[in-house]
Amino acid sequence: MASAQPPADDAAMAALLSVLDEVHDPEIPILTIADLGVLREVRIDAGRVVVVITPTYSGCPAMHAIEDDIEHALTAAGYRDFTVETQLAPAWSTDQMSAAAHAKLRSVGIAPPTRITTDKRALLGEHVMCPRCASRQTERISEFGSTACKALYRCRNCLEPFDYFKCL
Amino acid sequence: MNVAHFEYVQRLGDNALILGQRLSEWCGHSPFLEEDIAMANTALDLIGRARMLYAHAAALEGQGRDEDALAYGRDERQFGNFLICELPNGDYACTLIRQYLVDVYHHALYSTLCGSSDAGLAAIAGKAVKECAYHLRRSGDWVVRLGDGTAESHARCQAALDEVWAYTAEMFNGDAIDDAMAAAGIGVAPGSLAAAWRDEVEAQLALATLSVPRDDWSASGGRQGLHTEHMGRLLAELQFVQRAYPGQKW
Repeated sequence: MASAQPPADDAAMAALLSVLDEVHDPEIPILTIADLGVLREVRIDAGRVVVVITPTYSGCPAMHAIEDDIEHALTAAGYRDFTVETQLAPAWSTDQMSAAAHAKLRSVGIAPPTRITTDKRALLGEHVMCPRCASRQTERISEFGSTACKALYRCRNCLEPFDYFKCL
Repeated sequence: MNVAHFEYVQRLGDNALILGQRLSEWCGHSPFLEEDIAMANTALDLIGRARMLYAHAAALEGQGRDEDALAYGRDERQFGNFLICELPNGDYACTLIRQYLVDVYHHALYSTLCGSSDAGLAAIAGKAVKECAYHLRRSGDWVVRLGDGTAESHARCQAALDEVWAYTAEMFNGDAIDDAMAAAGIGVAPGSLAAAWRDEVEAQLALATLSVPRDDWSASGGRQGLHTEHMGRLLAELQFVQRAYPGQKW
């Protein structure tokens, strides 16, 4: 409970979170690891900083880079005693991405994942909205796009191709 | 340490690594760009899964080995993957038919493993099952597009199916390790997946206008480390750097 802790701890946590807020996804740099839902937990255990992250896809090559970036950011900010842990369960889901993340994705021409992944049509990537003209008259070109977490789509209305951040 | 538990998890890792290694051979050689990316991404998912399973197996073993030691430091006879995973890719139809048959199996397997009494394994399964569903959707789609495509693509798919079919029975023939793990609530009895696999595959092959091959012979031995002649060459390429420069990092 943050309110039960001395103010000094609150300040320390706020400072720590602001450092981690500067760590971005290396493949989709507009998103921070917090936006993406990869940053799962941050705590200070008796002076030691513990950062818990979760992988998006099993083979996501960005995970190692993200771990390195966290270590660099913490070191640059003067932290010396820290560990980065990986946690698998519960499995990452695009539902853990923030609303801010969705808006950021749209701003760079990437269609954000459809909400509510229990809807089978959403899981299958139907009704994907074009991030440029907002048309739902879109079609899938490829199950995989420029990264493991995206598929390639084309808008039949404005004819532009675009990346779709897949529901998982 | 429970040896059966370690072996069971390690074998799951072996299937993922060896199939992932095979698929990665298509990188830069696929028929067109989108498929090249799809194939490489699927390979990455499998190799990532292998890494998690090996790390978990190594922790269960508790002998100080890590995932790299299991992937790069074992010989052919110590790998327990299914033979179907190590078969050469053949043409694109052959790679996709094989992938589809294994994807259906893996999807059912990891769905069940989500309820494993081994929390670490259940966590890995929880990630794997989502990716399996996605892989299955793609490979199942291709089986229909190519099977019910041109005369050429149909003929190639049927030939591929006839070629690899005999390697599918092995997936369902468990041994004492599988039995022990199923009894302990850690693993799945492979035979329990057979009927549903067959129903699903037959329905998709019908959509693809492909004939189900006869069950006249089958190959097995992977679980016991008795591999095809292709396995040694695959490992030679996979393990070369770590064999030549043990412990080398970059």
